[in-house]
Amino acid sequence: MLYRTAGQFKTSYEADFALFPVRQDAILLGVILLFAWVILPWSANEFVFQTLLIPVLIYSLAALGLNLLTGYAGQLSLGTAAFMGVGAYACYKLTTIFPGMNLVVAIALSGFFAAAVGVVFGLPSLRIKGFYLAIATLAAQFFLVWLFEKWAWLYNYNSSGAIQVPNMKMFGVYVAGPQATSLTQYYFVLAVVSLITWFSINITRGRIGRMWKAVRDMDIAAELVGINLMRAKLSAFAISSYVAGVSGALFVFLWRGAAEPVLFDVQLSFRILFIAIIGGLGSIIGNYFGALLIVALPVILGIVPDALGVPIRAAVQEHLNTMIVGALIITFLIAEPLGMARLWGIIREKLIIWPFPH
Amino acid sequence: MNARPDPARLSDAIADGAVLLDVRNVSLSFGGVKAVSDISFDVLKGEIRAIIGPNGAGKTSMLNVINGFYTAQQGTIVFRGKERRAMKAHEAVGQGIARTFQNVALFKGMSTLDNIMAGRSVMMKRNLFWQMLRHGPALREEIEHRREVEEIIDFLEIEHIRHTPVGKLPYGLQKRVELGRALAMEPTLLLLDEPMAGMNLEEKEDMSRFIVEVNRHRGTTIALIEHDMGVVMDLSDRVVVLDYGKKIADGPPDAVKANKDVIDAYLGVAH
Repeated sequence: MLYRTAGQFKTSYEADFALFPVRQDAILLGVILLFAWVILPWSANEFVFQTLLIPVLIYSLAALGLNLLTGYAGQLSLGTAAFMGVGAYACYKLTTIFPGMNLVVAIALSGFFAAAVGVVFGLPSLRIKGFYLAIATLAAQFFLVWLFEKWAWLYNYNSSGAIQVPNMKMFGVYVAGPQATSLTQYYFVLAVVSLITWFSINITRGRIGRMWKAVRDMDIAAELVGINLMRAKLSAFAISSYVAGVSGALFVFLWRGAAEPVLFDVQLSFRILFIAIIGGLGSIIGNYFGALLIVALPVILGIVPDALGVPIRAAVQEHLNTMIVGALIITFLIAEPLGMARLWGIIREKLIIWPFPH
Repeated sequence: MNARPDPARLSDAIADGAVLLDVRNVSLSFGGVKAVSDISFDVLKGEIRAIIGPNGAGKTSMLNVINGFYTAQQGTIVFRGKERRAMKAHEAVGQGIARTFQNVALFKGMSTLDNIMAGRSVMMKRNLFWQMLRHGPALREEIEHRREVEEIIDFLEIEHIRHTPVGKLPYGLQKRVELGRALAMEPTLLLLDEPMAGMNLEEKEDMSRFIVEVNRHRGTTIALIEHDMGVVMDLSDRVVVLDYGKKIADGPPDAVKANKDVIDAYLGVAH
């Protein structure tokens, strides 16, 4: 009833190509944006900003980057965290070498460093695929984290070996560093994430997206319709790593405030892969579902038992979290390999034809 | 502005009935197995050329050599007057060669529309910047190609499955979508590998009609492999027969049908 599409006719290809051919989808997005831009930030407290809102956005962006590569172009990668690290360190170097640089510009530029590194480590994909490629990207993961640790120039020869985000202003307001408020940081992250999401949706719907999906579904046939496999795969690595790099820069500059190499270890790569799998490979919206689940779960485990009067120890909470995430991944892989995005898709289809079964 | 590849214009230089593709003494072997040995034949512009032969005769290998998927060890291929031994498969598309596969090779996760649109990837030029915005030139290009693709969808009578993921379609329709994807590439030479395999009579009739219409109305030269002799004899202008990697006959359907070697190859011969 709510989702009835009858009577919504398209009379031009422009209308059929619209971002939301179904009117209700646009309304739903409007509601979500209203929440994200107005209601949530004005009702959230410091704790909610720092443990939920900002990390959900940053993790979704990282998962989006991975999803472009793995979900759309079919190239399995276990090196997302390392590409995020490249973005973070590049941003750090840019802002310390050019102290006056606008943070938006610095973050946008640091993505290009991540993209270049991504392309280099994507070169093996021209010869190998599947598990073997995953192992090759794992090499990137370990090599880059090692580099972050050993190459002292990257962290300006700090004795701690960590990078510290300085206070940075934009238009007279602190956006990064200890002086920045959570509200400004949230809006900064939200703006970047919204923009990149919109770009990603457009890319995946157009020529480049079709190229990627063709390579994913059957690379031989893709080659025989004239798709240059090398360009398709490397462009996927470049764009995916760009997005991962930007998310890495946001991760450090707009959320953590400081970072050491171990932050970007393989654990983080796996966490992002889990988000992409639970959310749904080959979808954009799924990344948000997945990130929400993975980020909110430990918070819920920390609050709900207490509220119910059965407090559990922090260590148990952590183990419970790991167990639940593990169970969820197995469940999704078996029951719904396309993740929460697909579940939403099924619900939506049912709503459209409701009250009829078909 | 028009994003058609140059080859389409180039092909007009070759008159109907002139030699479009000339296969000269091509040999191909895998280790000790000779898939194709010393085969020569030509395909004239505008004709329907059938390649037939028993299983394992080397028909598919021959197609793979023509569209650059395999590299022949000996011999050359002259396409549109240009002689070559090998080219990359994606370059063959730029030259105006499209093909379909014996076992359907579609992009299973994509819709019918996207599959056929993917056939026009090479003709679409807008860069990442415009793709990101999906506005102005990129959108115009998308719509321009959508229009062409819709004509193919209309022609193949698959409007109702436009937005269905092809993995969910029955086999006969998948074959049709695959033909659509090949047509979207606006080929000069269309290679069809067993377009009727596994189809019932009605589907075969539909497919035959599409093939004839593509040939007549679009002027596309077609080389096809097929096992259904009725179809081959009805559709094709000339037939080349392979057996154990060798050419045993070449000529109009009636002559081939009466050829003793061909009958022996198909029915076996008493020793």
